[in-house]
Amino acid sequence: MKAYLALEDGVVFEGKAFGCKGLSEGEIVFNTSMAGYQEILTDPSYKGQIICMTYPLIGNYGINTEDFESLRPHCSGFVVKELSGVASNWRAGGTLSSFLNKHKIIGIEGIDTRALTKHIRDQGAMKAVISTTITNKTKLIKMAKDSLGLVGRDLVKEVTCKKAYEFNKSGKYKVAVIDCGAKYNIMRELAKRNCKVRVFPANSSAKDILSSKPDGLMLSNGPGDPAAVTYVCLGHQMLGLALGGKTYKLKFGHRGANQPVMNLSNRKVEITSQNHGFCVDIDSIDKDKVEITHINLNDKTLEGFRHKKYPVFCVQYHPEASPGPNDSKYLFDEFIKLMKGSHA
Amino acid sequence: MPKRTDIKSILIIGSGPIVIGQACEFDYSGAQACKALKAEGYKVILVNSNPATIMTDPEMADRTYIEPIIPEFVEKIIEKERPDAVLPTLGGQTALNCAFQLAEMGVFKKYNVEMIGANAEVIKKAEDRELFKKAMQKIGLDLPKSKRAHSLKEAKQVAKEIGFPLIIRPSFTLGGTGGGAAFNIQEFETIVERGLEASMLSEVLIEESVAGWKEFEMEVMRDLADNVVIICSIENFDPMGVHTGDSITVAPAQTLTDKEFQLMRDASIAVIREIGVDTGGSNIQFAVHPDTGRMVIIEMNPRVSRSSALASKATGFPIAKIAAKLAVGYTLDEIPNDITQVTPASFEPTIDYCVVKIPRFTFEKFPGADQTLTISMKSVGETMAIGRTFKEALQKGLRGLEISAAGFDDLKFKPTVAELNNKLKYPCAERIFYLKYAIKSGMSINKIYDITKIDKWFLNNLKEIIEVESFIKKNKKKILKNPSIMRKAKENGFSDIQIARLIGSDEVSVYSAREKMGLKVSFKLVDTCAAEFPAFTPYYYSTYELEDECRA
Repeated sequence: MKAYLALEDGVVFEGKAFGCKGLSEGEIVFNTSMAGYQEILTDPSYKGQIICMTYPLIGNYGINTEDFESLRPHCSGFVVKELSGVASNWRAGGTLSSFLNKHKIIGIEGIDTRALTKHIRDQGAMKAVISTTITNKTKLIKMAKDSLGLVGRDLVKEVTCKKAYEFNKSGKYKVAVIDCGAKYNIMRELAKRNCKVRVFPANSSAKDILSSKPDGLMLSNGPGDPAAVTYVCLGHQMLGLALGGKTYKLKFGHRGANQPVMNLSNRKVEITSQNHGFCVDIDSIDKDKVEITHINLNDKTLEGFRHKKYPVFCVQYHPEASPGPNDSKYLFDEFIKLMKGSHA
Repeated sequence: MPKRTDIKSILIIGSGPIVIGQACEFDYSGAQACKALKAEGYKVILVNSNPATIMTDPEMADRTYIEPIIPEFVEKIIEKERPDAVLPTLGGQTALNCAFQLAEMGVFKKYNVEMIGANAEVIKKAEDRELFKKAMQKIGLDLPKSKRAHSLKEAKQVAKEIGFPLIIRPSFTLGGTGGGAAFNIQEFETIVERGLEASMLSEVLIEESVAGWKEFEMEVMRDLADNVVIICSIENFDPMGVHTGDSITVAPAQTLTDKEFQLMRDASIAVIREIGVDTGGSNIQFAVHPDTGRMVIIEMNPRVSRSSALASKATGFPIAKIAAKLAVGYTLDEIPNDITQVTPASFEPTIDYCVVKIPRFTFEKFPGADQTLTISMKSVGETMAIGRTFKEALQKGLRGLEISAAGFDDLKFKPTVAELNNKLKYPCAERIFYLKYAIKSGMSINKIYDITKIDKWFLNNLKEIIEVESFIKKNKKKILKNPSIMRKAKENGFSDIQIARLIGSDEVSVYSAREKMGLKVSFKLVDTCAAEFPAFTPYYYSTYELEDECRA
């Protein structure tokens, strides 16, 4: 069965359908990770986006029961060069195609994903539709143009948990995670470090959260445009805004597992996992209040900062990895240290 | 850190004559190192006994010695030239061994020469089985289980603990004789008795056999600031038991989830740190049990290796050149990526194609040689092919072998059932073609897997090539007029000759029909970053895709 991917600027790609049939809209973005499609698909930050994988052979190791980052996939579509005919791995419990079908996600294969990636790189992330039902190209392009897009959209309310729950019932440190679309691995890493983890919906009031008397507060990752969100969210970007900084949309975002970041405190390079389309403007930060701790070595954008007076720090990338390198897991240890410090 | 100014002249040890197991890849790495260090303003002194190399071209080094790479000769060169440092990690095992001996002899100390890249202690830790095992245990890595035994009774107890199959290696034998693999207690008793007799200490090492496990390699780089990056992962088509140099290998790894890949990445970083390679590249090999996922480390080479040359070309990351720069004090974040120009070398290449390396054998030149592929290398060369899919790359690679195969061809004769089973079970140069015969004759993927332990993902890809082949045959009347059928054939790596044979036509007719349809080859870039950044000095591979990136 044929499938189409139409972009708002009039470019249309034709391929073969897999997963679910139908039509959906979203912002087209690319991810350069060579492995980790299961984690990427189930990362709530991709809400409202159609993901193009730059690595051409996808689905090789199938889907397993363990590598979930949330209960289900959240993206609007999945674009690959070649879908594997088999799932070959000792942990595989099913194929990628049946997984997408089950969760009503439309997949398209046989696409020149490199041409698509270059187009996004040059023209910027843009609105798109993916379809197996409507095949008229003009109609599809118009639908892409008329779609909502991401700018100005608060998608957090669609992915946050409905009510607060305990992720880990016991532990030395009490941590409140504000779920803006949190990946499980954030909670797993905290639990591993002896934290009692309680997860709150993103629209919880300060009173609700503080009534649990947490030792530490973690603002999670999440989808959408931070400027539109008026409560606590999208960790780093939100904190940037709260401290008087500005955010802007990157042309085509950082999405991959090979982004070099320098930790300015020890001049060491970490290879990081990233997934963000918006960014805190490095020049908008009040350098009297805030110390820049991490920068991206590729494009010198802001990747992390800490408050000079208060025990607050944040990073733009994903120290919880999953998918991606574990180089930055030490940040969880630093978080524990901060909590220890405020205990004393 | 800026480059070191306390050293002015550097001795580079080459790899010597081309032999099976050590070929032109070390000429490539050595020549890259010479160029990089000269460009940095160092006086480069080179020793290599092989005049038929690029490395020994007169403009490559400031001083070139074509002398035997043995400690006595190299010592004389050191005495005469008085280099400040020696770089032993770019000339393969020959250079590494020679440098190690020189260090043991005290030559470097005597003439005040610093070993850069890797010192004698590092080499010893990586090469000595006992020291290596201890180091790996210290960082919590799993190895194949092993234990020493001094009598048959003791040996049987060990066999019970570890379980079959087992590898038996007698300690201290003349010429390493008396060992072998045992699959049952009868074989085991025979080999152990023979081994105990052959051993001067009446001692055998009994080791868990990992034959048939999935085999992986990681190419790792480290700088003086302790930054470590992974350049490339490689998965072997042929499982453990066949030397990597004789295996079909694929980059990147295909059948590992991100969790499993990161486990291997973390382990690789821990290994290079624990062994203590100061700067430069290392190659680390792992085996993974196909049913349980248990990962064991096999070995590490504290130097640029055969696979580094492959990884360099596969990713666009010049490992030898960067290794030379790291050796003189630069850090990865200070070296720009030549291809993107805007990003630093402290990143991990990500690729958007599939790379397949296929070994080339010339058994016809070695009459009487055992043609079964084992743990010692027998191939004399290799092809490397890049495609958008494994199927395309495999067919291109087979075509390039110059063994008159136009791709994933049929065997030229019909083997008997016994012959077929034998060829599948005992790896040989033509196994890939026997695999085709097996699939076409209706043997199931599961059955082939049981015999060969070649991952089902690879086997299924072979099956898919065969399916496209039948599809072409079925459409023999249409293909020369129908672009979508033709495109499918080309995307799966079928050459015009292959198509012509399948439809009973000739190459020129297929070619001109294709030209008429406007279905032409397209070229895509090898750019280290999967198109995330524009590329300035990249190279191309051919494929059949929508967009042609060729600027010529």
